[in-house]
Amino acid sequence: MTMTTLMTPATVSTVPGLTVPAYTEPAPTPLRETKTLTLGKAINEGLRQAMLDDPKVVLLGEDIGALGGVFRVTSDLQAQFGVRRVIDTPLAESAIIGTAVGLAYRGYRPVCEIQFDGFIFPGFDQIVSQVAKFHYRTQGAVRMPITIRVPFGGGIGAAEHHSESPEAYFAHTSGLRVIAVSNAQDAYSLIRQAIASDDPVLYFEPKRRYHVKGEVLPELGAPMEQAVIVTPGTDVTLLTYGALVSTAKDAALAAGDEGVSIEVIDLRSLSPVDYAVVEASVRKTGRLVVTHEAAQSGGLGGEIIATVTERCFSYLESAPVRVTGFDVPYPPAKLESHHLPDLDRILDGVDRVMGRR
Amino acid sequence: MIDFSPQPVQLLSLDGERMPRPDLDPWVDDLDGLALLALYRDMVVVRRIDTEATALQRQGELGLWPPLLGQEAAQVGSARALRDDDFIFPSYRENAVAYCRGVNLTDIVKVWRGNAQSGWDPYTVNMATPAIIIGAQTLHATGWALGVQRDEVDSVAITYFGDGATSEGDVNEAMVFAASFQAPVVFFCQNNHWAISEPVGLQAHRQIADRAPGFGIPSLRIDGNDVLAVMAATRIALDRARTGGGPTFIEAVTYRMGPHTTADDPSRYRDPAELAEWKTRDPLLRLHRLLERLEVITPEVEAETQAIADAVAAELRAGCIGLADPEPLSVFDHVYTTPNATLERQRTDYAGYLTSFGSQPGEGR
Repeated sequence: MTMTTLMTPATVSTVPGLTVPAYTEPAPTPLRETKTLTLGKAINEGLRQAMLDDPKVVLLGEDIGALGGVFRVTSDLQAQFGVRRVIDTPLAESAIIGTAVGLAYRGYRPVCEIQFDGFIFPGFDQIVSQVAKFHYRTQGAVRMPITIRVPFGGGIGAAEHHSESPEAYFAHTSGLRVIAVSNAQDAYSLIRQAIASDDPVLYFEPKRRYHVKGEVLPELGAPMEQAVIVTPGTDVTLLTYGALVSTAKDAALAAGDEGVSIEVIDLRSLSPVDYAVVEASVRKTGRLVVTHEAAQSGGLGGEIIATVTERCFSYLESAPVRVTGFDVPYPPAKLESHHLPDLDRILDGVDRVMGRR
Repeated sequence: MIDFSPQPVQLLSLDGERMPRPDLDPWVDDLDGLALLALYRDMVVVRRIDTEATALQRQGELGLWPPLLGQEAAQVGSARALRDDDFIFPSYRENAVAYCRGVNLTDIVKVWRGNAQSGWDPYTVNMATPAIIIGAQTLHATGWALGVQRDEVDSVAITYFGDGATSEGDVNEAMVFAASFQAPVVFFCQNNHWAISEPVGLQAHRQIADRAPGFGIPSLRIDGNDVLAVMAATRIALDRARTGGGPTFIEAVTYRMGPHTTADDPSRYRDPAELAEWKTRDPLLRLHRLLERLEVITPEVEAETQAIADAVAAELRAGCIGLADPEPLSVFDHVYTTPNATLERQRTDYAGYLTSFGSQPGEGR
């Protein structure tokens, strides 16, 4: 051996990060006026604005560069900001999160894309044991301003591991903030808030709503930890988040036709939960239905109902109701319509909380 | 079992004879008698810290202690090769590295007494606090090194881990990322032959250093009980990283002479003859013999060194015993960077609960 003990690999791979054109200052092309955008494009614009606002924002993920991600949410960002800030990574979720920890240690503000909900588990240890705990562990010395973007939920007829709702694992983990957006405006505003937050944020994107359009103002809007009443009502509080917000609004319309006034709350923040808004609504309506795609046992619905019951027991007219996915592994596509809460199942839950059946 | 030939690189024979190696000599030529004595003193002191901390655990002052006995050369030789702006991502056994980095002695034991999850502010010494999940820190080092590339500076990340960690996915993913991006990171594996009760042969069917080239990372296999070989290898790796050469993997072949932690009992799984054999390769003994050959060490110098070590041990003991218990309500501190309504409610409730005993929070109950 020469240099005798330095065992040199036969070939050293070329380095994409070092062979591409040098970084150039991006053209300032942020959203400047109200536009109609799809939810996916709204996230894209939010990411662009966050990267313009802070040169320490870097994106990491699989296929997020030239392809723009499998859902195109990062489209054109690598072309604008270069490969040093929009990093196509090898296929290793633990490493995507773990290297983001190291970047955050060095003052960066990483945004990780997990390609699909069901792919987050190889990165689970780094999220739960490292990202969530660093600030507490170091008594505030080390901050983890990491955003982890996760397309979540079903209803797209996908293969296994592509339709899951793993949010409760993260809402159960102290040290993380958890956000789920339901519309284009929130998608834009809350991705910017998530990235600006010095706490780590799990940012769940309702993948079956990526293509739904909405008006987007170039504003940050209400703080991300605030729940929002999207349909006011007086008889039943219907609480949800993500893709089901749209279904819940439909349910409120349908129930209104039958004389039941539903107040729909878009939770937006799953950790912390905005109990001020939830409690005020339940004290008014006396009835609570929580709906989510995730399985029932150990889910957010149970936690929220328990807390509301503790705090608002004397205001409740009837036992709160959960309308959720079943306690089964995510089923095959041809069965998912049975698993997912839909308009009729939500209305059935409303009937139950109203004592109509 | 693992094949241990060829022998790892040595610059010091067991008799303390300096063995010439034209490829490595230039990397340690600057170490004169005084510099070698300084390394020896570090090693004596960290062994003394280890003994004292073990005693503190036996006396109930520490909950746990992970001894580094036998690994002094691997830790001191590598730590003393670093620049201040390099950043260390250790496991939980790198107490000698922390000592060399200037970490306050009391801060080193704070975690093991149960006063905190982290003994010091990592940014004050450019060294992360102990990582307990095996191998997780190798990814943090790699990410930090990606930041270095973006900052266009020549700092280097070094991460310490053991032979057991090389089986973890995170360590392998870290090597994939480091190679792909040619990140300035040094993977410093202390192969101390035992992962609690599991021998290295269970983790690695071949030599650990053989793995790295498969990732595209050059590796060095060195005698980890030879402080000169350790320093030479670390300097080579750091130089490669600083000059755009990317990651390097070092396997420092050493031996965990003590238990995994003070809660472990090696007599249940380890042949005493193996320990006896490794005692002949004691890293302190070897360097002491070199210093004798160089006539650097005298009875006076030896006595002075022991006195320094004893003073450090006394300071460690006093600092440890003097650590006050944390305030009860501090259990809620620093979960988030901003106030959290749910947590504030729990804090308020618990403060009220404590006060209901007629004492103020913090007075105990």
